[in-house]
Parts: sequence; structure tokens; C-alpha cells
Amino acid sequence: MTVSALLRRAFGFAFVLLGLSVVIFVVARIVPGDPARIALGPLATREQVAQLRQEMGFDRPAIVQYVDYIGGVLRGSFGKSLLTNRPVSSDIAQALPATLELVLFTLVLIGVLAVPLGVLAARWHNSWIDNSSRLVSLLGVVTPGFVVAILLQLFASHFHFFPLTGRLSPDLGFVPDITGLALVDSLLKGRLDAFGDALRHIFLPGLALSAAGIGQIMRITRSSMLDIARRDHVETLRSFGVPGRVITLKYMLRLASIAPLTILGLEFASLIGNAFIVEMVFAWPGIASYGLRAILSKDFNAVMAVVLVSGLFFVVANLLVDLAVALIDPRLRVGAGAGR
Amino acid sequence: MSAANDALVPAAADELSNFARARRRFLGNPAAVIGVLIVISIIAAAVLAPHIAPYPNHAGSFVDFRSRHQAPTLLHLLGTDNVGRDILSRVLFGYRVSLLLVIGVLGIAVPLGVVLGLLAGYFGGRVDTAIMWLTNVMLAVPPLVMALAIAAVLTPNLVNSMIAVTAVWWTWHCRLVYRVVKSVVAEDFVEAARVAGASHLHILFREILPNCTAAISVKTTLDAGFVILFGASLSFLGLGVQPPTPDLGTMVSAGAQFLPEKWWEAVMPGLAVLYAILGFNLLGDGLRDMLDVEI
Repeated sequence: MTVSALLRRAFGFAFVLLGLSVVIFVVARIVPGDPARIALGPLATREQVAQLRQEMGFDRPAIVQYVDYIGGVLRGSFGKSLLTNRPVSSDIAQALPATLELVLFTLVLIGVLAVPLGVLAARWHNSWIDNSSRLVSLLGVVTPGFVVAILLQLFASHFHFFPLTGRLSPDLGFVPDITGLALVDSLLKGRLDAFGDALRHIFLPGLALSAAGIGQIMRITRSSMLDIARRDHVETLRSFGVPGRVITLKYMLRLASIAPLTILGLEFASLIGNAFIVEMVFAWPGIASYGLRAILSKDFNAVMAVVLVSGLFFVVANLLVDLAVALIDPRLRVGAGAGR
Repeated sequence: MSAANDALVPAAADELSNFARARRRFLGNPAAVIGVLIVISIIAAAVLAPHIAPYPNHAGSFVDFRSRHQAPTLLHLLGTDNVGRDILSRVLFGYRVSLLLVIGVLGIAVPLGVVLGLLAGYFGGRVDTAIMWLTNVMLAVPPLVMALAIAAVLTPNLVNSMIAVTAVWWTWHCRLVYRVVKSVVAEDFVEAARVAGASHLHILFREILPNCTAAISVKTTLDAGFVILFGASLSFLGLGVQPPTPDLGTMVSAGAQFLPEKWWEAVMPGLAVLYAILGFNLLGDGLRDMLDVEI
């Protein structure tokens, strides 16, 4: 993929985000009729509603409100939260690192567990390894996120090793204030106790979130490896007497990682969606818990911000996937053919 | 592979043998047969719930505090909940709500997505750009988040759950049909129909649509399980069907308050959701192998 193609992708994604802002604006501000009345509930007096309408600018034409809103978003302001009475942007800034950490940890888990299992299943396909990995991936796909989360909670309450909820033990007195990621900050500060604590907290939510992805990525890695094993260049390597392990790990895995990477980009949306369930069950103080509270209390400024931020997450993830595929795949390498 | 082989078989090897071969392929796949059996059992449970539920009156707002929180026994196979209702009975009635949701959502989302995908793929140009842009916009947000946001604006009940899920669900069918249309629209038979003076309507629905039906039916079968999951997730988060209507997601979230001691109250309805997804998934995978389509 050339630089201009990547730029074109980025441009397309920007348009998608713009469209998303219109859709969510229509859903949150226009569909409900009177957002002020909904926010205040049926018990509020007419004066209170009128005052909030004016305060939030709901009395102006929709198009003016939209332009105003987008102007604010571009400057990093999402308005005020009716729930916390603070700017939504600072609420989000506070909750975002926790979700980011959970999602990154989940991606690492998927990479560490699903790819090797997929490779093993392909290497010995139709063996017991392959069959049991197929069963595991089927279970991963068909088990609802909330069932995985609840079963892990049961497991945790039985063994008393993993904490049931939260992100860090409060009595540790540790605040992740460098990158916001507790696992990284504790290492940077040399606090191994905090690192262990954070790891024990994040492990089960991360496992719950990765269950569906592990199944899918394992399946795709397997079929992709099997497909590539039949290619001519692999046959050539084999006839040159290159050892099987080198072929698998150096030549095949590289090409075979393209399909799972692409799927991972697409699956990213459902990963964030599942985060809403996992964060709720494990009381993980991230953006999904915040969004869920906002949704349940009809705090529309916060809802719109959460939707836009998760859209941004998805778009950035897909751009990164495109970039990674461009770096991995020799056929798409920038300036390919110049070298040899 | 076999599609190419089929094309080489002379027309004398008629459709009947094709069908017979497909049926053999399907029945020779134990996973697919298990899928059919599971799906039949769920439909039977939903239809016959008032007749086969051990305690049909427990489906509503029945209360019996003497028998609350009972672990699974022969009397209550899946145990009882926090007000003493038989969980098995509520699960059977819960499948009614789940299947109603499936019928409502797929009944609207599939035709809508298919028609939009046909239009975008066939006409191209601005129609294509506009429809596929909207599809990409809707798919840029986690579907569950979009459905939650829509559900938040509406009052939580079954019909509004249907609306929220439908609003995001059509996109996948649109994308699927779009891809198939793009691959056949340049084929000779479409050109032939056009030269013969066929109307757009005829070409769209009589020439192109039949090429999509296999993919659509596989996708719809797989979807049924995931719509159930989606509806259960919405109500698990408190934005779906409201009590006392028995809904699997609501039952899980109500039961989760009594973890870990009363584990069955959350786990049993959760497993009921898993069972449904498993059934539709196995059936869908079997259909995919039988019809030899890529989704």
C-alpha cells in the first residue's frame, strides 16, 4: 500500500467519522423530541426544563446546534455532563486510559494465545490438537460475553486469587499518572507490588474480553497457514532443504498473519462493544462503564461523546492495521521491487 | 472448487441430484445435524411453552417467597430465582421473547439491507457512494454501542429493542449483498437481460437476487443466534425487555446479584442463550458447507 493510498484511507475514515457525528446527533438530539425534558425526568417543572433548554442551547435550530457541537468537538469540548456536572471531555480523559489498557491487554492475550494455537492446529491439522482447538474456538464464538464474565467471576470467587472488581487495590496508594496505564506506570516507577496488583486485576476482564476474539483469530490463523502451505514459494523453500520450523516461523507466519490482522481490525468494533458488558461486570472504571451510566441516565452529551470516541478508536485501529499489513506484506511494501 | 465442478456437469445431471448431493453433504455433517436438532428444540420450547413448562404461571409476576433461591432439584430442574419462580419455566417462555425479537429484527433488517445492497451494487455512482458510506458510518461504532444509544432514547420494551437492533443489523446484509452484486453485475447474463430490454426491476430481482439467496440464507441463519445474543446483551445492561416478562438477559443480570452462592440464577439463563447461539451457529455453518458459499 502506497503512502497516497493510506492517506486516501485516512481521508475516507474522516468522512465516516463526520457521518457518525451526524447520525449520533440525530439520534440523541432530534429523535427524543425534547432532550431537556428527558434529561430532567417527568417530575421537573416547566420552568426547569425551559431553563435547561436555554442553557444547553436546545432552543436553537438543529443545524445551528450541530455546527456548534462539531466546532466544540474539534476543539476538544463535548459539552457538560448532566450526570457528573463536569465537562464530558475531562470525564472521558479520566476514564479512557483504563479502557485503553484493558483493550491493549486483550489484544496481547489474543496474540499470545490465538496465533500460536492456530499455527499448531495448522501444523498438525486433523490431529487432536486441531480438533480441540476447533472446539475451543467454537466455544469462544458462541459463548455470550456476559456468560464468560460471570463464569470467570464464579471462578475468581472460588479461588480468592484474582480480585472480583476494580482496577487497583485502593490501599496500595498507587496512582498511574505517567501514561495512565497502571501496568506500564508501575514498572516505570519500579513498583513491582503495584504491577502484580494491576496484573491480577486486569487478567480476568481481559480474558473475558478476549474469548470471542481468540476463537475467531485462531480459526483464521489456521486456515490462512493451511492455505499458504500449498503455495509455490513454500514448496520451493522445502525443495531447497530449508528446515520445516524455519519455513513455518519465518516465511509462512509472516504472510499468514495478514488475514487475522485484517479481521482483528474489523473485530475491533465488537471488542469495544463487549467492553460495555465486561466493564460493567468487573466494575472496571473505563469509558464503557461511563458510557453505560450515561446511557442509563440519559446524559446525552456524554452518550454522544462516548459513541464518537469509540468510533475514533475503531477508525484509528483500522488505520494501524492497514499500516501493519503494508509493512508485513512484501507485495504491498512501499516502493516494492526497488530492492531486488 | 465444487461450484466449478458443478458448472462442468452437463445439464442432464438435473437439479434433483444436486439437491440430493447437498442433502447428503448436510446429513453427513454431524455438527449440522446437531444444530438442526437444537434449533428445532428451541422453536418447540417457544411455541409449546405454556404446555410444557412445569410451572406456566411462573412466567409472569408470580411470587412464592417460601421457595426462593432453591438450587436445582428434580422439582425445579434449573433451580428457582429470588422470588421463588421456576427458572426452567421462565427460560422456556424467555425463548418466546428471543424468537419474537429474531423474527422482528431479521424480518425487517434482512429485506432492507438486501434491497439497499442491490441498489448500491447495481446502480453504482452516487447511489453506491451514499449507501455504502452510511453502511460504513453505522459499522464504525460497535453495533452494541449504537443499539444502546438508540435504545437509551426510546422507552425500554420489546418493540423498541427490535428497532434499536434493526437499526444496526441491516448493514451486514447490505455489505454482503453489495459484494455479491458487484461480482455478478458484469456477467454476460445480466448484459443479455439488459440487451433484451428487461427493466431494472426485473434485472435486480430476477437476474441478480437469485445469485445472492444462498449467501443471504446462510447469513440469516447465523444471525438468528447473534440477534438473540444481542437482545440478551441489551436487556442484561438494563435496556431491553422489562420485567416481569421473562427475558434471558434480564434473568442473567437479576441472577448476577446473587453470585457466587446462588450461581444457577445467572448461569442457567446464560447457558440457555449459549445453547441458542450454538444451535443457529452449527446450523448456519452446515448450510454454508452445503451451499458452498463464502460469507
